[in-house]
Amino acid sequence: MSKTVLKVTDLVRHYPLPKESLFAKPRYVYALNGVSFEIKEGKSFGIVGESGCGKSTLARNVMALEPTDSGSVIIQGEEVVCKSFSELRPLRQHFQMVFQDPYGSLDPHHTVGRIVAEPLAALGKISTEEKNNRVKEVLQSVGLKSTDTEKYPHEFSGGQRQRIAIARALITRPSLIVADEPVSALDVSVQAQVLNLLKDLQDSFGVTYMFISHDLAVVEYLCDEVAVMYLGSIVEKGRTEDLFKSPAHPYTKVLLDAVPKPASGRKRERIRLKGTVTGQTEQRIGCSFQDRCPMAQDRCRRETPSLKKVGPEHLAACHFSQELMKEATA
Amino acid sequence: MSSSSSQSFIGRCLNSRSFLVGGVITLFLLTCAAVSLFWTPGTIDISIKTRFLPPSADHWFGTDQFGRDVVSMLMTGTQNSITVGVVAVSIGLFAGVALGLLASAQRGWTEELIMRMSDFSFAFPAILSAIMITAILGPGGVNSIIAIGIYNVPVFARLTRGSANAIWAREYVMAARASGKNKFRITIEHVLPNILSILIVQATIQFAIAILAEAALSYLGLGTQPPHPSWGRMLNEAQTLMFLQPMQAVYPGAAIALAVFGLNLLGDGLRDVLDPRLSRKR
Repeated sequence: MSKTVLKVTDLVRHYPLPKESLFAKPRYVYALNGVSFEIKEGKSFGIVGESGCGKSTLARNVMALEPTDSGSVIIQGEEVVCKSFSELRPLRQHFQMVFQDPYGSLDPHHTVGRIVAEPLAALGKISTEEKNNRVKEVLQSVGLKSTDTEKYPHEFSGGQRQRIAIARALITRPSLIVADEPVSALDVSVQAQVLNLLKDLQDSFGVTYMFISHDLAVVEYLCDEVAVMYLGSIVEKGRTEDLFKSPAHPYTKVLLDAVPKPASGRKRERIRLKGTVTGQTEQRIGCSFQDRCPMAQDRCRRETPSLKKVGPEHLAACHFSQELMKEATA
Repeated sequence: MSSSSSQSFIGRCLNSRSFLVGGVITLFLLTCAAVSLFWTPGTIDISIKTRFLPPSADHWFGTDQFGRDVVSMLMTGTQNSITVGVVAVSIGLFAGVALGLLASAQRGWTEELIMRMSDFSFAFPAILSAIMITAILGPGGVNSIIAIGIYNVPVFARLTRGSANAIWAREYVMAARASGKNKFRITIEHVLPNILSILIVQATIQFAIAILAEAALSYLGLGTQPPHPSWGRMLNEAQTLMFLQPMQAVYPGAAIALAVFGLNLLGDGLRDVLDPRLSRKR
């Protein structure tokens, strides 16, 4: 068994909404409702779901960028929840982040050299010479020239900018990189390049990825394991091939059916989702997917399904997982 | 990116007409102030013998009721206006920017307190609060500078906090936090450089407002005290002679108008030059 790099247990995050009046009951956005998973060393763990399901909240909480309500995040054996910012500083070299928008995540007033060296500079106690060497080294490993250090971000294309962002995340040689939709802002042709780069870097440095995306094709290509999120909870989790072959949650099935697959041989009977995402500001009884689920029955409105084992390393939170999986294999 | 943003900084400077005109006027005023430090065409000492002389080669704009050379008075008055502008804007800039950055970095009740305090001081019209401050501290050049400076603090505090909040929401600030930089470092390294151009533009405009406010206070007798020349007091003194010597009021009035016009143009021009994205929206 390989080492566990990231272990998230029962992570809860509810954002308070501004009160409508002074004496009104406080209302919340239930962004994360007890999320648990773990990632083994050198693996890629994908998190998929539609916008607003709590993917980015999860990323920010794992990165200890905002206060977590409850639960625990253990990275390389160290708890990061409830630690002060200065206590976390030395730990941060072990976990870095790549952001979605390569135009927004690089300070336009800093040179590439300074941007890439940022995590090192934050650590302090490192000589300028060593810093410059590390910057050059890491720029080369992401496919940029070591002479690019004096340039500014606006001199680069979107794909190159994302390479700079990846170099910044990589410079402290972290064990975990949290990538929040790292390719969704890029052109499709550039997406492939960046994904291949991420794969190559994993092979050469052994980094572990927590990879957030709404694009199933990207997740299928890169990730060993996938978790599907809906309204702040994981509804299905498993090895990528298992989950893609036999989805055990109707939401996963809907997501998979929505991906256009030319000549896949799969009969395309798409389930169209009715309604919109509801219930983010209320906690309700029953399954979170009940309003939009094509299979919903009375039981779904009474009992909240828990994550149950439906196969080896395959979990799903649906009362009708078995039926769904039988249907898929048939 | 369009071509105008890839243009060189100097290219953008030369392209902006308001920057050029405003810059020339401001430079002219600065030169006047500098030259008057060691040379003026006439004297600003009182001499009854030379009262109300018409414009001539010796006295370009003539002399006033105390026999002082009007050009020399105007030039020395420039010194006064520029000093007031620089010091008052600096007070506002340093205190206001510090408060604004603090509010933006801390959020919560610190932000609430700072912003409500600046709302409170905003509730008073500028000139009224300046009169109130000089009434408390007593009239005089230094006190009028302090009064105008204090008026500038909430202006900069609000602007800084607003623009800094926008920067704090950017992903590169999040990235800096993920690297382990604390709020102070992020403020110095990321927030301040990114709002600097906005602050420079506002400082230029506040400079013009400070000159106007100083003239108003001096006109009311609360600002610069005699015998030191000031544009506002020249206006005040000319007021009684309005129908005998109307030009006596026109000269300082024109000087104030020119200074305010030039600085406002410079502010507009600087906005075009420093932030090409802003100007294209207009």
